[in-house]
Amino acid sequence: MNANAPSSSSGGAGSPDVNAPRRNSKRPKYSRFTQQELPACKPILTPKWVISAFMLVTVVFIPIGLVSLFASRDVVEIVDRYDNACIPPGTKSQKVQHIQDARSNKTCVRSLTVTKRMKQPIYVYYQLDNYYQNHRRYVKSRSDQQLRNRGDENDTSSCDPENEANGMSIVPCGLIAWSLFNDTFSFSTRNNSQLNVNKREISWKSDRDEKFGSDVFPKNFQNGSLIGGGRLNESIPLSQQEDLIVWMRTAALPTFRKLYGKIEVDIEEGETINVVLENRYNTYSFSGKKKLVLSTTSWLGGKNNFIGIAYLSVGGLCFLLASTFTIIYLVKPRHLGDPTYLSWNRNPGGH
Amino acid sequence: MAGGRIRARLKRSSLYTFGCIRPPRETIDEPHQFQGPGYSRHVCCNQPGIHRKKPLKYCTNYISTTKYNVITFLPKALFEQFRRVANLYFLLAAALSLTPVSPFSPYSMIAPLVFVVGLSMAKEAVENWHRFMQDMNVNMRKVLVHTGDAGVFVRKPWMKLEVGDVVKVEKDQFFPADLLFLSSSYEDGICYVETMNLDGETNLKVKRSLEVTLPLDDDASFKDFKATIKCEDPNPNLYTFVGNFEYDRQMYPLDPSQILLRDSKLRNTGHVYGVVIFSGHDSKVMQNATKSPSKRSTVEKQMDKLIYVLFTLLVLISLISSIGFAIKTRYQMPNWWYIPPDHQGLYNPHRAALSGFSHLITALILYGYLIPISLYVSIELVKVLQALFINQDIHMYDEETGTPAQARTSNLNEELGMVDTILSDKTGTLTCNQMDFLKCSIAGIPYGTRSSEVELAAASQMAMDLDGHNHEFSRTGAQSGPEIELEVVPTPKGVSSQNRIKGFSFEDNRLMNGNWAREPNKDIILLFFRILALCHTAIPELNEETGTFNYEAESPDEGAFLVAAREFGFEYCKRTQSSISVRERHIPSHEPIEREYKLLNILDFTSKRKRMSVIVQDDTGQILLLCKGADSIIFERLSKNGRQFEDATKKHLNEYAEAGLRTLAFAYRKLETSEYSSWNDEFMKAKTSIGGDRDSMLEHLSDIMEKDLVLVGATAVEDKLQQGVPQCIDKLAQAGLKIWVLTGDKIETAINIGFACSLLRQGMKQICITTNGDMVTHASEVIKENILMQITNASQMVNLEKDPHAAFALIIDGKTLTYALEDDMKHLFLNLAIDCASVICCRVSPKQKALVTRLVKEGTGKTTLAIGDGANDVGMIQEADIGVGISGVEGMQAVMASDFAIAQFRFLERLLVVHGHWCYKRIAQMICYFFYKNIAFGLTLFYFEAFTGFSGQSVYDDWYMLLFNVVLTSLPVIALGVFEQDVSSEICLQFPALYQQGPRNLFFDWYRIFGWMGNGLYCSLIVFFLNIIIFYDQAFRSNGQTADMAVVGTVMFTCVIYSVNCQIALTMSHFTWIQHFLIGFSIVTWYIFLILYGMLSPGLSGNVYQIFLEALSPAPIYWLSILLVAVACNLPYLAHISFQRSFNPMDHHVIQEIKYYKKDVEDRHMWRREKSKARQETKIGFSARVDAKIRHLKFKLQKKTSVFSPRAVSAPTTTPTATAS
Repeated sequence: MNANAPSSSSGGAGSPDVNAPRRNSKRPKYSRFTQQELPACKPILTPKWVISAFMLVTVVFIPIGLVSLFASRDVVEIVDRYDNACIPPGTKSQKVQHIQDARSNKTCVRSLTVTKRMKQPIYVYYQLDNYYQNHRRYVKSRSDQQLRNRGDENDTSSCDPENEANGMSIVPCGLIAWSLFNDTFSFSTRNNSQLNVNKREISWKSDRDEKFGSDVFPKNFQNGSLIGGGRLNESIPLSQQEDLIVWMRTAALPTFRKLYGKIEVDIEEGETINVVLENRYNTYSFSGKKKLVLSTTSWLGGKNNFIGIAYLSVGGLCFLLASTFTIIYLVKPRHLGDPTYLSWNRNPGGH
Repeated sequence: MAGGRIRARLKRSSLYTFGCIRPPRETIDEPHQFQGPGYSRHVCCNQPGIHRKKPLKYCTNYISTTKYNVITFLPKALFEQFRRVANLYFLLAAALSLTPVSPFSPYSMIAPLVFVVGLSMAKEAVENWHRFMQDMNVNMRKVLVHTGDAGVFVRKPWMKLEVGDVVKVEKDQFFPADLLFLSSSYEDGICYVETMNLDGETNLKVKRSLEVTLPLDDDASFKDFKATIKCEDPNPNLYTFVGNFEYDRQMYPLDPSQILLRDSKLRNTGHVYGVVIFSGHDSKVMQNATKSPSKRSTVEKQMDKLIYVLFTLLVLISLISSIGFAIKTRYQMPNWWYIPPDHQGLYNPHRAALSGFSHLITALILYGYLIPISLYVSIELVKVLQALFINQDIHMYDEETGTPAQARTSNLNEELGMVDTILSDKTGTLTCNQMDFLKCSIAGIPYGTRSSEVELAAASQMAMDLDGHNHEFSRTGAQSGPEIELEVVPTPKGVSSQNRIKGFSFEDNRLMNGNWAREPNKDIILLFFRILALCHTAIPELNEETGTFNYEAESPDEGAFLVAAREFGFEYCKRTQSSISVRERHIPSHEPIEREYKLLNILDFTSKRKRMSVIVQDDTGQILLLCKGADSIIFERLSKNGRQFEDATKKHLNEYAEAGLRTLAFAYRKLETSEYSSWNDEFMKAKTSIGGDRDSMLEHLSDIMEKDLVLVGATAVEDKLQQGVPQCIDKLAQAGLKIWVLTGDKIETAINIGFACSLLRQGMKQICITTNGDMVTHASEVIKENILMQITNASQMVNLEKDPHAAFALIIDGKTLTYALEDDMKHLFLNLAIDCASVICCRVSPKQKALVTRLVKEGTGKTTLAIGDGANDVGMIQEADIGVGISGVEGMQAVMASDFAIAQFRFLERLLVVHGHWCYKRIAQMICYFFYKNIAFGLTLFYFEAFTGFSGQSVYDDWYMLLFNVVLTSLPVIALGVFEQDVSSEICLQFPALYQQGPRNLFFDWYRIFGWMGNGLYCSLIVFFLNIIIFYDQAFRSNGQTADMAVVGTVMFTCVIYSVNCQIALTMSHFTWIQHFLIGFSIVTWYIFLILYGMLSPGLSGNVYQIFLEALSPAPIYWLSILLVAVACNLPYLAHISFQRSFNPMDHHVIQEIKYYKKDVEDRHMWRREKSKARQETKIGFSARVDAKIRHLKFKLQKKTSVFSPRAVSAPTTTPTATAS
């Protein structure tokens, strides 16, 4: 307002403090932040960028895919399903009866042919199908405290329903431990030389060192009315019961493999391996399959064609997209920043 | 009184005939007879001690507008939080997580809830604290209070006041409570109050004390003052008061004129004494405080629907999973010897239905991640930050009044970007409500050469139109001329702002500097000036420093008149009880002569009478009645020989009205002494009479006196347009907004302002819907029928119009509107109004403003914005989807009711076009992304569960899930919501057409929402199945280990984190260091968390112990699968947006490209052309005017290419100045 006219003020009621000093205190402070003017990079998807991005993906993915496929091709894998073969043929109930009968002979011999030279270490896995190790009731039924500390032996509240037997706590408690896989395998070559299976260091080191106590020994295990899976040697501490440690790492899916051991010699192509196995574990009641797997590994792990294929497909798709875009740009180019594409130029009715 | 001002003590009561005449002493009314409920208040004056204990304990003067206090905060704030359905759902889920049904550990459910609710509550607490500080600010204001029996007044804070306290309020202070007015510095117990804070009215109101309390006029007299008041209980009625005052064993009745209301201000009066009657929350203003209705934005309402969609999805997949669970439990679980059935609990094959049911609850909790728990809190946070940016915007800061823009509620930010119709008040919003004396017509001769702003706008428009035409003309001549520059601001020419005098813009040498004496009708001019100087109720105040007078007038018009009189040489300088003195300086060089006029009567102004008169006797003994009033009123009261100048004056009045000026007519009447005295006797008798008909008698007598007048002339006062209003309206119109003006003014003024703002233009067909004056006598049905006919005729005319460029303007007055707003007619009216380019409603009441707003809001279903400044706009502001208040000059009422407050109308452009546009896009993108990320994550849980026999097992560790919404993905999306800009603010302003993306809801329509949800679905499938296939059986490392659940979960989770963070990077188009940092931070935090969590003792970290360092990081396949999944997830989106941009670019895409390639610098011509084209089809605003004119000329050129004549173009208001420029 007019501060230079002190001689005149109508004193209108509506302007209480016309001549008051300007209240600049409320003036917002200028900063690039508050004015939303921070320097920014504003990338836009120009055709060049789009095509280069897709090409970049192609260029990176195709080699990765190829390398992965090669790695996977180098892996030699022998899979042998033995659940039906190792049991007298019959109906399901007979099979269950057979497997549950403690006196029946469960030894079974399988022979496997090596189709390609297997370099050591050869990993021995057992694979179960249709086995819900990831069921919530199953997963929860364990006590990490008890496994770790001798003092927490009675900490079995989470192990329902396998927390105690005969009024005493079970170590290791819970359904997981109770249902321990107990088929055993021994391998020999055609010339009857025994192939040793190394069962050490098949579990994670941190599990052995920290999660399973070296002073915790199995106790009162499989003493209940129902016998689940395998038994444990009560004189060996849990930290050395590697089968148990591996088993207790529950699998994510109903089909899973677990490491059984390592064979630390090379096996030549054409060699036949005789497997003597004790088929004790019951998968018959729920029609689960049991498989024995011998496999070498590459830097990528086991035989895994999928990742290579996936990489190749994504890479290929990107190549396709890149070429589609290129073609389209060549056929029907849009001049970038062409104002004719603005809405008010496209439909002249708008103006 | 410290300003060195000298004021004569005078009995102000004699200035007012109706308002505050005091009945003679002996005719005191009977005290009010009241009893029973509602009238129980008992105040012992000057004995506050009595009111400290029961039964007369009333609340103190401490006020609190806070929602909570220390004790109630927790329960109340919690209650507020859990009224939201989503929060309640999470609360239930958290409660159930304590039972075995829960798939998660309780802490992972409770912690995020506590965090989210805690954050919201912290926000509430901060807001509450601000309110508390505001309250304390008021509570700590000081006022003089009488202490004890000493007769001494000391300053105390307001909050310490108690009922019964005697206070002394000084000039320009606010009253601390509702007071009984005892006495003032005027000896007759009159004081003036300004009630702007209560009702928005700026004129002063007179209060008068009881006669018995008049002697209590100094501090000492309160030493032994004792009295009691019995009165009504606290109530919100501002204009009534019933009570009795008992003093000296006498009862006196009290009425509203003795009550000084809290928050009104003492004006023009040295000080007053009063007794506190109602304190604190009992006071009328506090009783009146209403909460403004809580409004929700369109986006938020749509988001609610979206939440329901998600809830449906949630229930659906929960049902699937519970049915699956029941089937598995019933038929398969008995075969799983390793999971023995649980005959008591959840896993009972014999009662599978029950198991299934309890699993439903588990599933509802498990899939709760579909509903983003942090959505509300993130949105709230984002909106608060956006509001902060609005408040901080330096371009919306008004230097003049020192007020920045203020987002009073933050939950409507994005609604600003979706506005379709603006409903605007006129006075104070489009215009300043500052009056400048501009022109006058005396004795039929017009004076005043300065043009009004309306004329200037018209003139500059005219000039521009011609310019535009010339350009067009030369272009047809195959030349490229300069583009039409639209930003021409009309500047008054030849006026240096240095010698501008407030209230006076008159310029004419014929009258100034005493030159009027040489004019032919100098006697009439003299009379005119005397009327200016005498016919008013203002009080002069000497400013000792400058020796000049300031005038304290009731209305700004009156102030402008007095300033004008002074500048003409008739300085009003003194007022006594019965006289007015004017220093008259007929010749500038001479010393002024002080002339005293005896003031006989004042017949004051009421809105009903529309005129005021004074009866004065000059020094020659001649008695004169001087009258000013509305032209229509004055003209019908002229005597036969007083109509000499009627025609000329009428013509000038029309011209003034055309130029957007406010007019008053001046007249006088010579009275014979005998005639006057006989009238005066009657008048005095009436004045002292008792009874209800006193007022009507007085009015009747005034009526008798104010007749047979002689017309002197007329004045034209300019109600100035606010700065930048036409430009702003033009831009808003280009942005595709419709603008309605709702004003209390009369139809002519409104039309003038319409022209000034380019809402109307020549060539626009005006549809005036009015009720004719002679129809008032008809029955309402007849009137209604007539209006209906007018509306249908007009609609037909609009529909039959073939010219696509034809524009219509609808003008309707308040009386007609009452009928048009009735249920059976309002839709017809609305349809007509929508077809018209501009709508102006005149003479509308505040209630009608609200009704019209509601009609538009509900009838069109589009977003409305109401903008106004006064108390009369409150209804409209509260009714509209967004209410904007003009903060600054008028009262705070509109601002208090508003959602946004800006200081000037022109800031509306930036508020809508920049902030609205940004906020809309930000919030829309943010919500879409939120749903995307939660679907992408939540569905993986569902797929996994299907592989666990629907047992409700989650593949992720509880801590992962807890952190997902709260830490790992929330910050980038908040950055998106706060900092994203598709184009810079300048471009928003230059390309108003971009604004239409909001009202068309291009960024939050169902197509887009479902697109995002589909993207989420795709992403969840990719993340889950790629990882599952890669990891389910094979060794994932070269030393043979296979992946367990912890490994799979961690890998999958890492993939989710990468995918959603890459996705947001693709979504953003504006990266400051903050966005870069936050996206990077989210991913890095995940690794840091994973490493730290893995280092905790295995008792805490469980299967995650050392997982990253030992198992995952050395495995190449882990890194390969992350790369694969992240790329595969984002590939379709990238392809989509690339494709979209390449072949179907949106406007902002093209503009981004132009900017990116700096084409705007290289090809200025193109840039300017696009800027001028970037607008919506509109028929209002001055650009539309130019277009219309160009079309018009083109048409003419085509028709007859012979001669081009600029004369053919007629400006809306043809005045000499307009055509001269």
